Amino acid sequence: MSDQPTAAVTAGETFLEWFTADERPGYAGYIVPAERMHEAAEYLKTRKHFDMLTSVTAADYFPEDRIEMIYHFRRSTGGEPLRVKSFLSRENSQIDSLVDLYPGAELQEREVWDLMGVRFTNHPDLRRILTWEGFAGHPLRKDWKEPFYEEEVKPFKSRWPEGKFVRAEEKNPLGDNTRFPAGFDPDTWVPDNDDILYKSMTHVAKAGEDGFDSDTIIVNLGPQHPSTHGVFRMVARLDGETVVDLKPVMGYLHRNHEKIGERNTFLGNMPFTDRLDYICAMSNNFAYALAVEKLLNVAPPERAEYIRVIMAELTRIVNHLVANGFLLNDLGAFFTPVLYSLEEREFILDFFEAVSGSRMMCNYFRFGGVVRDIDENAMKMLKAILERLPRKMDELEKYLTGSEIVRVRAEGVGVLTPEAAIANSASGPLLRATGVPYDLRRADPYSIYDRFDFDICVRYHGDIYDRFMLRLDEIRQSIRILKQAVKDIPAGPVITGKPQYQVRVPAGESYGRVEGPKGELGFYLVSTGKTNPARYHVRAPTFINLTSLAGMSRGNKVADVVTILGSIDIVLGEVDR
Amino acid sequence: MYGLGILKGLSITLKHFIQTFLDDLKRGKSRKKTPQGIAYKQSTELTGLFTVEYPEEKLPVPEEFRYIPFLVYEEEGGEKKLRCTSCGICSKVCPPQCIYIVRSTDPETGKPVPTPAEFCIDVDICMNCGLCAEYCPFDAIKMDHDYEIASFDRMKHNAFDISRLAKPVSYYASIRPGNYKIEEEIRAAKAAAKQGAAST
Repeated sequence: MSDQPTAAVTAGETFLEWFTADERPGYAGYIVPAERMHEAAEYLKTRKHFDMLTSVTAADYFPEDRIEMIYHFRRSTGGEPLRVKSFLSRENSQIDSLVDLYPGAELQEREVWDLMGVRFTNHPDLRRILTWEGFAGHPLRKDWKEPFYEEEVKPFKSRWPEGKFVRAEEKNPLGDNTRFPAGFDPDTWVPDNDDILYKSMTHVAKAGEDGFDSDTIIVNLGPQHPSTHGVFRMVARLDGETVVDLKPVMGYLHRNHEKIGERNTFLGNMPFTDRLDYICAMSNNFAYALAVEKLLNVAPPERAEYIRVIMAELTRIVNHLVANGFLLNDLGAFFTPVLYSLEEREFILDFFEAVSGSRMMCNYFRFGGVVRDIDENAMKMLKAILERLPRKMDELEKYLTGSEIVRVRAEGVGVLTPEAAIANSASGPLLRATGVPYDLRRADPYSIYDRFDFDICVRYHGDIYDRFMLRLDEIRQSIRILKQAVKDIPAGPVITGKPQYQVRVPAGESYGRVEGPKGELGFYLVSTGKTNPARYHVRAPTFINLTSLAGMSRGNKVADVVTILGSIDIVLGEVDR
Repeated sequence: MYGLGILKGLSITLKHFIQTFLDDLKRGKSRKKTPQGIAYKQSTELTGLFTVEYPEEKLPVPEEFRYIPFLVYEEEGGEKKLRCTSCGICSKVCPPQCIYIVRSTDPETGKPVPTPAEFCIDVDICMNCGLCAEYCPFDAIKMDHDYEIASFDRMKHNAFDISRLAKPVSYYASIRPGNYKIEEEIRAAKAAAKQGAAST
């Protein structure tokens, strides 16, 4: 299945006549009237086989009275995404929810409602998701200003050259940096959103078989819980030990990365992307660089392309080692397997440090290339790593995959069907473990992945064990790509043009995406020709993969929920952004 | 079944445990607190214990390693002369904007002088991205290797001013010999070109 031809989506394809092409310079895709968006999605799904709604977002075009809803549709057989937009007014922004057609829109629409204030009619559970119920305003709107607001965009003139040094705490003392809606008193406020949340969950009361009345109970797993890999909360309704319903609650690590991104310069965002999924900084850099390069219309030189692929694949290895290690942690193999994985990761991090200067927060990619070359010593390091890794992978596999404890706990648990995975917009290992051979490196190729000989890994059961095995398979494929890349890498410059500290990016929009280790990582950017992006949206793979969590957990035991979450492989830096 | 899996798992751990000691015995005294021992721990040949005993043992950092920035000064006849011209590019490119510069003015004429009167970095905010060093046109600000900057009172100590930031060129050459060499070559070539242009 891996050598499936990719279908060009928009070339020569026609849609209904009320799909008007977006002809603004720098823009692409189609515009449909807001009231017909649902109809359009139905048409695309049933007639045109766009079965995945990859990304749902909105952009505020203040001071114009316009909010644009931006949808990216994909086909699970491959090809470019189809971008469809709807224009809404800022005052009364309302649009039909697409959750009934694409369940994968659920969390994304909640995010758009929370941050952009677009109301989705017929959404089953439209609550705020990243901020808290009672938060004043919708922060991604351009006229929303944070407390201690300085200026619209960086560099803030208030800091230089007249500015004397002011400590950040003095400006932003703890406990005094929140703003409340009118008439809101935090001291007397009783949060009712938890009640709403609990009531929204399927409630089943039943009489016990032996004549006793039994009831279901609500259990909160997290936010402070070692199994949740960060501050993440799962609200589960349990019948005995069996999960009847489950809802993820997130936002505890929310810092509005997107608003920060819109204040920052294009270049200044690069180190911030490291902090999204802090295990895979290089992949994040890669996706963002691709998005900006599309706008700038520059291409990196040959050598830089190879270096990028090397870095992206090493990141994939790092991520899968960590993910599998911590999954075993969740299974109860406390910290022994994960430390064996981390040992191997250590070598790769040393290599990152030697090349980029930092082990995790690499900040290595630039628009049109990379910061610096891989020198000879580092290349030797890389070759030694590639020599060691396959050997160690065999060892890890021998220890773990045959282990009956792993098999008993993981096989047949947390099953996700391919239909559900596609409907939930899942991507990455979560999707491929269900038997859908969908990998952007082949389905919608970018960079120079078409030159390498590798297989798209796929497994067919969709359970925890398959996701675990799939990650091991992918490490082997990554090693395969790396060996080819190291062999073929040409000499030459690593950046196109002169490095500039303030890039002027032509007006337009772009969507740059990579097959990150965790799934499709995309950056949707809107530029107005200034030094800062007007809209900066991150399509975070783990955030959207969490849509599948409830379905996978229902019917399983509460102890398995922990491993199911571990097998999705979330990083809260990215989920909460 | 019947607990065999647990026994198998424990035997792996035990094997690693014994291997560590065997490895230690084989390598004898050179394994701890010696440069060879640390180099071995960073090599892909390693089989035994991975960890180093910080702070007695420290892993060497690679040349490109970056931490908090510092200002480079030249020593000419005992006088410290900062390379910084207070152009402000570093403070503009800094993503969290943790660099604060005040330009010097000539006390007599009131005109600006290309040297900073104040240069402050709030290291609580600095994210060690290295963009300031990358885009400085005068090679005046560089990323340090000294990662041990813990202090007892961050309110007092974590805003670095010129006295804390300024470090001599010789220090820079010692931590980043490769970069220093390349930069000096470029500077020499530029100076030669300037002189050539002046003499003709």
